[in-house]
Amino acid sequence: MTRETLKRTATAAFVTALAGTGLLLACRAGGPQPSLVMGDAASKVYVAPGSYDDYYAFMSGGFSGQVTVYGLPSGRLLKTIPVFSQFPENGFGYTEETKPLLQTTRGFIPWDDSHHPELSQTGGVPDGRWLFINANNTPRVARLDLTRFETDEILEIPNSAGGHASPFTTPDTKYIVSATRFSVPVPNTDVPIDSYRQNFRGTLSFITADQPGKMDIAFQILMPGYNYDLGHAGKGPSDGWFFFSSYNTEQAYTKQELNSSQNDKDYVAAVNYRRAEACVAEGKAKAVPVNYLHNYVDPSTRVAGSERKTSVRMLDPRDCTGLVYYLPTPKSPHGVDIDPTGEYIVASGKLATVIPVHSFSKMLKAIETQQVDTVVDGIPVLKYAATIAGEVQKPGLGPLHTEFDGKGYAYTSMFISSEIVKWKLGTWEVVDRMPVYYSVGHLMIPGGDSRKPWGQYVVSLNKITKDRYLPTGPELAQSAQLIDISGDKMKMLLDFPTAGEPHYAQALPASLIRERQVKFFRLADATGPDVTRSEAEGGIRRTGKRVDVKMIAIRSHFAPDNLEGIQVGDTVYFHVTNIDQDWDIVHGFAVMGAQNANMVIPPGETRTIKWVPQAPAVYPFYCTDFCSALHQEMSGYARVSPAGSSVPLTANVSPRAASQVARMEKLPAPAPAGAGQ
Amino acid sequence: MTAVPVELGRPALARAARRRAALGRWPRWFAAAASLLLATALVLPLWSIRLVAPQYPEGLGMRIRVNTVTGVAPTDLDNINGLNHYIGMKPIHPDAIPELRYMPWIVAALALGGLLVALAGRRRGLVAWVVLYLAVAVAGLVDFWKWEYDYGHNLDMAHAIIKVPGMNYQPPLIGSKQLLNFTATSWPAAGGWMIALSLALAMGAVVLAFRGRREERPAS
Repeated sequence: MTRETLKRTATAAFVTALAGTGLLLACRAGGPQPSLVMGDAASKVYVAPGSYDDYYAFMSGGFSGQVTVYGLPSGRLLKTIPVFSQFPENGFGYTEETKPLLQTTRGFIPWDDSHHPELSQTGGVPDGRWLFINANNTPRVARLDLTRFETDEILEIPNSAGGHASPFTTPDTKYIVSATRFSVPVPNTDVPIDSYRQNFRGTLSFITADQPGKMDIAFQILMPGYNYDLGHAGKGPSDGWFFFSSYNTEQAYTKQELNSSQNDKDYVAAVNYRRAEACVAEGKAKAVPVNYLHNYVDPSTRVAGSERKTSVRMLDPRDCTGLVYYLPTPKSPHGVDIDPTGEYIVASGKLATVIPVHSFSKMLKAIETQQVDTVVDGIPVLKYAATIAGEVQKPGLGPLHTEFDGKGYAYTSMFISSEIVKWKLGTWEVVDRMPVYYSVGHLMIPGGDSRKPWGQYVVSLNKITKDRYLPTGPELAQSAQLIDISGDKMKMLLDFPTAGEPHYAQALPASLIRERQVKFFRLADATGPDVTRSEAEGGIRRTGKRVDVKMIAIRSHFAPDNLEGIQVGDTVYFHVTNIDQDWDIVHGFAVMGAQNANMVIPPGETRTIKWVPQAPAVYPFYCTDFCSALHQEMSGYARVSPAGSSVPLTANVSPRAASQVARMEKLPAPAPAGAGQ
Repeated sequence: MTAVPVELGRPALARAARRRAALGRWPRWFAAAASLLLATALVLPLWSIRLVAPQYPEGLGMRIRVNTVTGVAPTDLDNINGLNHYIGMKPIHPDAIPELRYMPWIVAALALGGLLVALAGRRRGLVAWVVLYLAVAVAGLVDFWKWEYDYGHNLDMAHAIIKVPGMNYQPPLIGSKQLLNFTATSWPAAGGWMIALSLALAMGAVVLAFRGRREERPAS
């Protein structure tokens, strides 16, 4: 054995091992993702201090129940608008004026899950009047006024559960819709769950929406017990039709993950709502007794109230031929999106390997020539081949939603392969792909579901962020990614974290909203029952165990600011009017120990908060919103005495108020109401 | 005629034969080293399969050891099984793979055998050991591939949620492959490389054993 042989053998073994390792390194997959940001992305999203964003984007809060407003392209959060959840930040759902908005036939509900913001439209184009959004858990729809960015109206949907396919609008906002993602017994009584096929139904609700304060259910359509997932109205040639995706045509009621995924095709329901109107007019709808609440803010008093409704008109497709047709669509379709021309109906089967596109004109022809496979509960199922315009091949994995740029292209979100895929309408060819981080749900192009998209950006609304931001414990933000789509190739511009889970978003040019903003409420116009127009009008009054305090807030004091004679066992209502009449001079109000939130009171507004003091003591109250130079001094005291105490009920007014009273007393009638009992 | 040549020659021939059959210093050291390296495979992972997807930038991983299959992170195997239920793949449970019960004994026996060969210093023993070692190594790889085939092909389509016609989910033995949104990458792990080196040394020992004979012949 020579040293040379030894060396040769050892070298051979070593080289073999080394070669293997080299191969390993060369072939290793994964590792850090390459940066997709190219060129001058920063300058494209930079909005200089004092400058405005080009777009308002409204994002649903998902499980926060709210709506968040972002500026695009900066991705700056501008506001959270409370809708279906109490919001201690400003007192929404805590103040007496707003609590009725969260009332339902099941009582006061402090939370919901908001999914799909929808801008009102005129002629199929977002007009910036209102934003609608649905509550998924306890089905409701809300109207937000975009001159005040406030929730004005909430309508409960009866005969429904999982109000997911909502609140998509018709091109002139005549109707918004709500459909059942969870079929339920109609009427909902305690039947065995395994009687699903006999007893469970879906409903499609058409809600009149073009008049504020007057939302109501125009009619409901009783459908087979499938899961109605999303919807969009037709436009242009398909105006007058509404399309809903449905899955679980298997009618599974247990282990749905598996049992609802068996059929090769589920359905898109095409609803001719003009036909529905005709059938309703002909008396073909049955009046069904129900209970649901309609809550809305009275525009003159600014106080919300509830009205109970007791009946809906229910249409059965068996009694109204030509009302609904089913378009077979592969593998549990999720999004159903109509292109700007109104001809193409894009239905994304979330488990499908293609994106099928139906043609509206072919659908009409199929109806005319009776291309019917079968009939389900009075609903003809059209032949797939008779309605399909084309299929996008190999689009990626897990197609969910499609929006359009108005230039002949469609953009589809791919949940599983985590990308946005751009494809061409008509040729169905994929032309570009953009990886997104991670697992995109909805995507949004401003006006991208309308007749005239502003096709400058697409926003990817991602469910998972993982390593995208500094880590913040187990619960991470979700995220939005802004992508420039003005050129041939998509360009990644920006990531920003979002609040709650933005399922869907809508956006429109800022110019449609910006100039119409309410800056304050004119005190002279205030007609609410609890308004205090001047310092001298403040006071305190007892009615049995109820004590009402009328108070003003103005820079930098409350009046009255010393309250005595309140007793343990009383329920105190503070009615506070912000009598400042200047933009962005907002006051807040909170009382020590109150088992309640604070309330933020915009200028000219009156808000009321309830306080049930628990023990004799002196309780400070103060302004919570930094309003002015002497904001810290803006406070007062409420003295609480034991039940049955002889301390008289009094409320002072400040020296300035006293002088105002004195001034006013010099004037002729009417004499102002004095402070005190 | 004397018996001298015979008497002289027989022990000399026997000695020469013994010299030819006996192993030199280096082959014995090589065999011993090969055995010790093989023994490390009792504790080091043999093979690793790494899964990376857009939503799993950090990746999920499995390590195949001589007696078990574990996740790279403690929760990885459960998470992989959780994801696999979408495609109808049966869960990967080490208890369901009987080979993992025999393998430690086989490896230990082989390592011990190698040490005995080194101690005994017989060339025939060395050759027998290396042949057996190679056979076991090849059989092990074939068996591993068969398990991969089984997991990747024998899907429970009645319980699969995502069904892609014509798709199988067999990870590669070595290298990378795209399985839906996951890139699966399979490579020997530390123990696997130790075995590779051990095999190289074992074969080196054989080479040296025969080289040694040729080199010794002119001297004898």
